Amino acid sequence: MRANPGGEAAFLRIEGVSKRFGSVTAVDDVSLDIARGEFFALLGPSGCGKTTLLRMLAGFETPSAGALLLEGVDLAALPPYRRPVNMMFQSYALFPHMSVTGNVAFGLRQDRVPRAEITARVEEVLALVELSGLARRKPHQLSGGQRQRVALARSLVKRPKLLLLDEPLAALDKKLREQTQFELMAIQQRVGITFVIVTHDQDEAMTVADRIAVMDRGRIAQVDTPSAIYEAPRSRYVAEFIGDVNIFEGRARAVNGGDVMVEQADAPAGLAAPARADGPAAGDAVMLAVRPEKIEIAPGPPPPGTANAMAGEVTEIGYLGSVSTYRVRLDSGKTVVSTQTNRLRHGGGAIDRGARVHLSWPVEASILLRS
Amino acid sequence: MNERVERERRERTRAWGLLGRGSVIASPYLWLLFFFLVPFAIVLKISVAEVQLAIPPYTPLFAWPEGGSFELFAVGDNYRLLIEDSLYIRAYANSLKIAAISTALALLVGFPIAYAMARAPRAWQATLVMLVILPFWTSFLIRVYAWIGILKNEGMLNGVLRWIGVIDEPLIILNTDIAVYIGIVYSYLPFMVLPLYANLVRMDRSLLEAAADLGCRPAGAFWKITVPLARPGIVAGSFLVFIPAVGEFVIPDLLGGSGTLMIGRILWTEFFSNRDWPVASAVAVILLLVLIVPIVLFQRHQQRQREAEA
Repeated sequence: MRANPGGEAAFLRIEGVSKRFGSVTAVDDVSLDIARGEFFALLGPSGCGKTTLLRMLAGFETPSAGALLLEGVDLAALPPYRRPVNMMFQSYALFPHMSVTGNVAFGLRQDRVPRAEITARVEEVLALVELSGLARRKPHQLSGGQRQRVALARSLVKRPKLLLLDEPLAALDKKLREQTQFELMAIQQRVGITFVIVTHDQDEAMTVADRIAVMDRGRIAQVDTPSAIYEAPRSRYVAEFIGDVNIFEGRARAVNGGDVMVEQADAPAGLAAPARADGPAAGDAVMLAVRPEKIEIAPGPPPPGTANAMAGEVTEIGYLGSVSTYRVRLDSGKTVVSTQTNRLRHGGGAIDRGARVHLSWPVEASILLRS
Repeated sequence: MNERVERERRERTRAWGLLGRGSVIASPYLWLLFFFLVPFAIVLKISVAEVQLAIPPYTPLFAWPEGGSFELFAVGDNYRLLIEDSLYIRAYANSLKIAAISTALALLVGFPIAYAMARAPRAWQATLVMLVILPFWTSFLIRVYAWIGILKNEGMLNGVLRWIGVIDEPLIILNTDIAVYIGIVYSYLPFMVLPLYANLVRMDRSLLEAAADLGCRPAGAFWKITVPLARPGIVAGSFLVFIPAVGEFVIPDLLGGSGTLMIGRILWTEFFSNRDWPVASAVAVILLLVLIVPIVLFQRHQQRQREAEA
């Protein structure tokens, strides 16, 4: 679901937007196109500017520079109460003195929607979030998960063109959060509204979003599909932020066909990675990123001369049920993490702590990053 | 042996603990007993006595002459007088009216002040609260006297207004009900502002953002969100102004005119001018009963509030 299919003007275009608070630049020259019906995630650690960007879309902050265009209309001229945009707040911001119905109907009442239609639409949206039986409760009589649903219903009931979700699941416990992620996706597909979600939880972003923008100190580090972000991160920051990764530093020796050969102390036959279009020239300092689950761990050595092969000693084994994590100390002292699925019950018993093991991975598993 | 010593020590500690806890729980009740219930019983006793030229100037409640039998003297005459002479009923009604109007005015003046304080930068707020409390550092009586200087015909207010040419003739404010309203609103404003501020400062501002997000203009959000949520503060502040204002004596006496009929002044006159302690006591007892209604309402409201928050 790439933005801008067929050259049509983007549904939501963020154009060179910056936001400065005094001397602090919270959002720094961000440009993004978001397609209609897309589930888009802004992902980054706290303080990376993702919430500020969302609040500018809602109208609570004014950009210091740049433009926000929704279907070609500049949002800057519209105060929050006129924007065809609704937001679900991290704190939910439910009105404590109103019932569930009162909260959900609030937005429709502002628009002077006829009473009968309000009733029908509130019922419909409460059914969508499975809260029909609780319409008369006050927020303080609800559980955290129920409040979260009321907040979602309240932001959906006006059928906005764009729904903004600020850390919508952060207050839920892990199990409920995972379950709610899938419900959120199902709801988004049913209502067909464009969702922009802000989260610091990479798993959440990977699960729900069609595309993710990873943010770093006010800038966009990378915008891509979850799999592209994971499999082909363009920088060390993105590689390390999403999932676990082993980073090897070395020097490009030669470009051999489609592969770049990299000299690295721990690998006798060197490391190999697919070259990139902007790939490094021989002699450049480079970094290789390898995901732990792509590293094979074996008691015996691979054939001599194999690239991407290393040896070391297992220092720790973390058993996580579905997978086990092995921490292996290489001869240079560097620690490499490898995860193996426990396909067999009590499988992998062959490798114990302290064992001498050999690590290897295919060329395609190496991701070349620039230093 | 050692075990017994240990057990005894533990029991002693427990006994002290119980005593300590008991005294902490008992202290507010003891306070109420000695400084409210006992004095009230004395006032109640005097209110059913008759005036006599003696010290003290009222008849005793009971007598138990030697060889005679126990005799109780209690008369309802004083209470009958309060009902029969319309002066008293008018004074009660007027006190309630003046207190109610003053409370409404104090709310009108106090709400914007409290709202501005709650919205001021965090660093200023402690200073602003201090400034609201600051007048208490000067005697209440002196501050009310100062209003005489401001409001009288040749006072500061008329001087300034005449100087800027708004008026030719001095406004007659002193010794009217208007001066009483000004005095009460001025004196009790902090009791309105502080509970309102405490309430408004706690309000989650994202609620106003949510209201705006859902299409509500700022003015609408004020009436639909801020005011309903400020209700506990409005109720607390209003009672804190209303209850003392009903029995107010100093302000109507110094600023009001001879026609400003308030129950506090009646009480004073009966007690000091007429030296009719029994009628004065009856006035006080009825005043308390009149005030108990709003106090009980206030308590109920507080109770419900606590339950809602729990």
